Amino acid sequence: MTISYFLQQLYVQRALIVSVLVALCAALLGVSLVLRRYSLIGDGLSHVTFGTMAVAAVLGVTEMYISMPVTVGASILLLRGSTKSKLKGDAAIALISVSSLAIAYLLFSKFPTGNVSADVCKTLFGSSSIMTLRPEDVKTSVIFTAFVLLFFVFFYNRIFAITFDEPFARATGCHTTVYNILLAAITGIVIVLSMKMVGALLITALIVFPALSAMRVFKSFRTVTICSSITSVIGAGAGVFFSLLTGLPVGSSIVAADLLIFLLFLLISVICSLIGRTTQK
Amino acid sequence: MKLISCKDLSIGYDNHVVASDLSFDICDGDYLCIIGENGAGKSTLMKTLLGLQKPISGELSYENGLHQNEIGYLPQQTDIQRDFPASVKEVVLSGCLNARKFRPFFSKSDRKRCQESMDLLGLTDLKHSCYRELSGGQQQRVLLARALCATKKLLILDEPVAGLDPIVTTEMYAMIERLNKEEAVTVVMVTHDVSASLQYASKILHVSHHPLFFGTKEEYLNTKIGQAFLGLSMAQEGDGKQ
Ligand SMILES: Nc1ncnc2c1ncn2[C@@H]1O[C@H](COP(=O)(O)OP(=O)(O)OP(=O)(O)O)[C@@H](O)[C@H]1O
Ligand SMILES: [Mg+2]
Repeated sequence: MTISYFLQQLYVQRALIVSVLVALCAALLGVSLVLRRYSLIGDGLSHVTFGTMAVAAVLGVTEMYISMPVTVGASILLLRGSTKSKLKGDAAIALISVSSLAIAYLLFSKFPTGNVSADVCKTLFGSSSIMTLRPEDVKTSVIFTAFVLLFFVFFYNRIFAITFDEPFARATGCHTTVYNILLAAITGIVIVLSMKMVGALLITALIVFPALSAMRVFKSFRTVTICSSITSVIGAGAGVFFSLLTGLPVGSSIVAADLLIFLLFLLISVICSLIGRTTQK
Repeated sequence: MKLISCKDLSIGYDNHVVASDLSFDICDGDYLCIIGENGAGKSTLMKTLLGLQKPISGELSYENGLHQNEIGYLPQQTDIQRDFPASVKEVVLSGCLNARKFRPFFSKSDRKRCQESMDLLGLTDLKHSCYRELSGGQQQRVLLARALCATKKLLILDEPVAGLDPIVTTEMYAMIERLNKEEAVTVVMVTHDVSASLQYASKILHVSHHPLFFGTKEEYLNTKIGQAFLGLSMAQEGDGKQ
């Protein structure tokens, strides 16, 4: 079975499109989140999503209806006015994250819906459901990605200003609260969408790896943003193919691909600094 | 023409008052120096003027159509991450953002303005350098250039010359004075450099939990507080001349 065979399959095309698009959104957000020291927001929020999934399973409603609003709400709560709230960023994330995890597991155990451990494992590490996407799923992610891309293109300069120095942006008349809430809402949505792909425990990788890789080598905000989008797309594509060819789980494959890219960039930065040192001599 | 007016203003954090009974006006064309010892509340006052900190009581108002996005600001301290990837040009250009209103991209004139303020502060050669790899004084200059980009009307500077070398300090004062005299930019400056504030300021505000003095420089020199606070540095200046 070759790559060209896979590329002709409809389910592969769908999986590829959705993973690449979601990874792209996550990478764009990632730059700003990592730089504002919110690297673990993905972890916290995905556990919230995990919790809402348990609630949805117990109540017997469609997951999306509960997980989307609750996750977006939690995201806004965590990212909005972190300067003012008494609980500081990382502590609040830790609190929300473990609470929802515990509640979810309690619910799963109390009201077993099918095989508990399989369910839990699936939502924590992602499932093969990415290979059984419906056309609507593809449509949703295309529309959402288009929205996120437009947001980032139009507000790129403002996002830079807020990420770089929020008090200055606020002091000189930028409506930082509005942008923070929008960014938080987008973050929440990306998390819910990527749950299907990589699962709750691995989402952080989609957010931090591309930004961290790019920051090894590039030194301006623009180049870092562009580079992290590209590496994220490559990582997602490579991960999906690797998983198809080997039959290994998709989520972990994508994260492994991102890790490889990160190591590559690390190597490049080491080599660059070595070259820099020798030319200086 | 008044730009900002304060009446019985009390400032501080979470109901902990740092300074109270502040009543003063900032008028068009002023060069106001704010002086006082460490912890007197100067930076807090700046943050309150900018709306970053809520006043505890009293009134603070922007007059004559002064808008938040017409103010340039140089903070005393910034919590910019040590590993932030940003070039000098990107940082300076971000100062032009507030005049953009809802237009998303920078125009030619913004870029020109950015280039001019980089030239002014001798940053042209560092244009493409990474902000985090600059020295403290160079970073200070970048933030100053950003503040210059942000305003044509009111410049609020919190210890602008702290960490600058003597040559740049002199140039800096000359430049601020030129902006104030020729381009009619109102300057509000916190400084510990008393001799400079005597040389350049048109008005002086001395803060120490309660406002000790507000008025013109000449009046300040005639008060007991002024003579006491400035005494030391005047003596030093005298020594220098001998
Ligand atoms: N974020 C804060 N939260 C609570 N109290 C603060 C905060 N920042 C400053 N303070 C307190 O407010 C008082 C005034 O601080 P401020 O920074 O305004 O002093 P300053 O006049 O600018 O001093 P300096 O000359 O050292 O810059 C200090 O006593 C300080 O302890
Ligand atoms: Mg201060």
